[in-house]
Amino acid sequence: MSEIRDVPATGDEFDRAPGEMRLGRSGIARGVQGYLIGLVLAAGLTAASFYFCFSGLIYGPAVPAALVALAVAQMGVHLVFFLHITTDPDNTNNALALAFGVLIVTLVIGGSLWIMANLNHNMLPMSKIMEMQR
Amino acid sequence: MNLLGKLDWNALPLDQPIPMIASAAVALGILAVLAWVVIRGYFPYLWREWLTSVDHKRIGVMYTLLAMVMLLRGFSDALMMRSQQAIAFHSQGYLPPEHYDQVFSAHGTIMIFFVAMPFLIGLMNFVLPLQLGVRDVAFPTLNSVSLWLTATGALLVNLSLGIGEFARTGWLPYPPLSELTYSPGVGVDYYLWSLEISGVGTLLTGINFVTTILKLRAPGMTYMRMPMFCWTALASSLLIVAAFPILTATLAMLILDRYLGFHFFTNEAGGNVMMFVNLIWAWGHPEVYILVLPAFGIFSEVVSTFSGKPLFGYRSMVIATMAICLLSFMVWLHHFFTMGAGADVNAVFGVMSMIIAVPTGVKVFNWLFTMYGGRIRFETPILWAVGFMVTFVIGGMTGVLLAVPPADFLLHNSLFLVAHFHNVIIGGVLFGAFAGYEYWFPKAFGFRLHGGLGKAAFWCWFIGFYLAFMPLYVVGLEGMTRRMQHYDVPEWRPWLLVAAVGAIVILAGIVCQIAQLVVSIMRRDELRDVTGDPWNGRSLEWSTASPPPAFNFAVLPVVHGLDAYWDIKQRAREPTQAPSELRYEPIETPRNSPTGFVCAFFATAMGFSLIWHIWWLAIAGLVGAWATFVVFAWRDRVETVIPAGEVARIDRRNREARFEALAVRTP
Amino acid sequence: MTAEHAIDPNGIGEMGPKGVAATGRGAGGPASKRVYVGYGFWIFILSDMVMFSAFFAAYAVLAGATAGGPSGRQLFDLNNVAWETACLLLSSFACGLASLAAAGRNALWFHVAMAATFTLGAAFLGFEIKEFAGLAAAGDGPQRSAFLSAFFTLVGCHGLHITAGLLWLLTMMAQVVAKGFRADILRRIHCFVLFWHALDIVWVAIFTVVYLMGKAP
Repeated sequence: MSEIRDVPATGDEFDRAPGEMRLGRSGIARGVQGYLIGLVLAAGLTAASFYFCFSGLIYGPAVPAALVALAVAQMGVHLVFFLHITTDPDNTNNALALAFGVLIVTLVIGGSLWIMANLNHNMLPMSKIMEMQR
Repeated sequence: MNLLGKLDWNALPLDQPIPMIASAAVALGILAVLAWVVIRGYFPYLWREWLTSVDHKRIGVMYTLLAMVMLLRGFSDALMMRSQQAIAFHSQGYLPPEHYDQVFSAHGTIMIFFVAMPFLIGLMNFVLPLQLGVRDVAFPTLNSVSLWLTATGALLVNLSLGIGEFARTGWLPYPPLSELTYSPGVGVDYYLWSLEISGVGTLLTGINFVTTILKLRAPGMTYMRMPMFCWTALASSLLIVAAFPILTATLAMLILDRYLGFHFFTNEAGGNVMMFVNLIWAWGHPEVYILVLPAFGIFSEVVSTFSGKPLFGYRSMVIATMAICLLSFMVWLHHFFTMGAGADVNAVFGVMSMIIAVPTGVKVFNWLFTMYGGRIRFETPILWAVGFMVTFVIGGMTGVLLAVPPADFLLHNSLFLVAHFHNVIIGGVLFGAFAGYEYWFPKAFGFRLHGGLGKAAFWCWFIGFYLAFMPLYVVGLEGMTRRMQHYDVPEWRPWLLVAAVGAIVILAGIVCQIAQLVVSIMRRDELRDVTGDPWNGRSLEWSTASPPPAFNFAVLPVVHGLDAYWDIKQRAREPTQAPSELRYEPIETPRNSPTGFVCAFFATAMGFSLIWHIWWLAIAGLVGAWATFVVFAWRDRVETVIPAGEVARIDRRNREARFEALAVRTP
Repeated sequence: MTAEHAIDPNGIGEMGPKGVAATGRGAGGPASKRVYVGYGFWIFILSDMVMFSAFFAAYAVLAGATAGGPSGRQLFDLNNVAWETACLLLSSFACGLASLAAAGRNALWFHVAMAATFTLGAAFLGFEIKEFAGLAAAGDGPQRSAFLSAFFTLVGCHGLHITAGLLWLLTMMAQVVAKGFRADILRRIHCFVLFWHALDIVWVAIFTVVYLMGKAP
């Protein structure tokens, strides 16, 4: 395996680096098209987020949920159109790593929020605790 | 502007005899070693072959050496604590509280971060590419960077002994005690920077190993043909990648509080101290599984080799390992059951903590079934394995007991807890590390360790461990809290005296280990390993010479099943001859690079200067570290080519020595 | 050293006509450098995401801890955020075009696209620094309350990553000028592209959770 020269390995046909695109002869045009679609979709989802936040079209308490849904959708657009993560068998390692990352992020954020809410519920406000010290 | 920040002569512990004498002794020792190296002219060799090496075998040896040296430091802290507690009944003992607090904080920090982690990372580093049948890890220079950043962390912690002070907060610096208001000295800063820097090194190691195991394996080695050690290394590395960023973030928040007046964990302005506890244990629990999983892997290798049988239930072992990997991220609240979460949260995490004992139990049964019906050769590694099985099961059971929240309300932060985690860490991690050290030492150096002294060391450790820690369970149940500098409850005294004796017996074990190393080096010709396979091993590392050549395998092996080397040996005994001539090709190996060492030099400068508020030096260190990377990125010559002829020569010589020893004739 | 060339070093004799079949499960021997360098960097990016998630968790917990001071609703300027988002999204798009140019070994378009990426990224940073400076000058810096500490740290951490990325971008442009599209430089460009897109993904989370949810009525 050389650093400076690119030496392909036997398994390369069945294995893709993350973010790698397989483009043929007219590939560049198709590639640009892919990025353009991604850009338009992402811009649209962003605009929708900003809009729905204030338009009053969505029932107030549901707005955070709607925003989260739009954000997740936009992350998906980025992953597919910009990062080319697919469910291809060649991409299995990359997709599994992503799934693992998403799981850990969910556990950390979700777990912390649940635990901290529980703890805060049972804790006196800090100002009261400091008062007790005096 | 003060050029030296907060640093002045007051930083030296001139009024405290113990740290003065200790640091003077260590400084003298280091100077003596350096002088010997320079005078004997070893420095060019050391620089060329070790300090700038990017070879995983050399890096693995250096990690292990770091761990063993730091074990001595951490154990001295342990001896001090045990002796203090043996004496300090209705008395202040000989360690004043400010000093005692630093001793137990340093003990924990050093043992976890600079003994257990480097020991296992060193073993994984050495063994993984050999077991996977490849030439090196995925990113060799990054490997070197990781090693030297870890060494930087160790250096910073040890500097705190003589220059300044160490944290007094315990090995996890809970706020508000660790905030600037209540810890105004440099101690917590030493802790924080040391761990931030070495944490980067560890994270890079995790990335390196995950990539190596998933993407770099010999032809034919599917996932289900990997040795069990590789599976546990994969699980451990995935946990490193997932957990260490949380540590980095949490310590960074504490650093921001201390240095820039932020309010993450302060008492005033809305800070939330419990959030530190929550986040640090979200890292802390996976951390202990990062430590124990490779030890489990070592035991799988040792038990199957010395029983002469394939590992029982390979598939279930793999599933159990990955289950432990996953579950370890779902139990972290059990470290703070008592801190105010409601019953529902406590119940969920309590049940999850009990569930995680199940796959561990599966593994224990599989090891037992591997031994059952085998022809067991009681060499030192399997003594460690059997000792582990007994000890770890006891420790695990007390863990399940602690996982019951109502029980934990009585036992949290008592010596029962201390006994539990030492039970599992010493019985699991440390015994595993020692087993691995004995098992793979001949592969690394070409000669075995002295067997008798190894067994003596095992028995001293085993007996010493029980003497030192079983009394702590009793005394914990009787109500003794951890980290007590003195006490006046007479019922506790006899138990603490027994514990002190236990510590002395463990000391005898360590002395045996040092003696074993010295004697083995002196008698290395008698203990020489000429075949490369002293234990009749089952995995690919035993198919190489001892020590392996720089390129590991002249021709990458082709793997056809589990226990790849055993497979090869079995078939080679049938009337099939080894080919008389292999087709050798030139091998490209990555060039050695000073990047790791130089980068760590700048990191040390940066860490030290940040601790002492020497801002100009901190900036210089940062710029230097960045410049090192740019210089590294700009190189044009990255590899050395070993010509085919040289490869052939080395390989032929190794094969001849092996065939001669095995009495196999080539046509 | 490919599996097709792998011969039978131990005389076992169990080789099919093409050597060991590469099944894509890594059984074809070690992957090529291009594949595993990209993969290793992908794992690093995931670890970075976990670090951001710790900062997000801290922010979410402390979002209400304003200590009597101003909250996000009072402080955030959504116009600024809209500009920042547009800059970063277009920057990400430009980066994608740069990666296409690199794949096509077209130095001119590569440099044009990378320059666009840099300019838009620097604009993003400019907006962000302006916001931070404004807040600090008004006395609403990170030392004011836990909420502001968490805000400045989370958004600032992202900004630091963008800064590091911009420095890396300039280095990559310099390397292409100096050494052309050599294999190792292409690998690094690829890693940079992954990094830049990942930072945009984090920004999506930030503008949603911090700014929009902070400002929502």
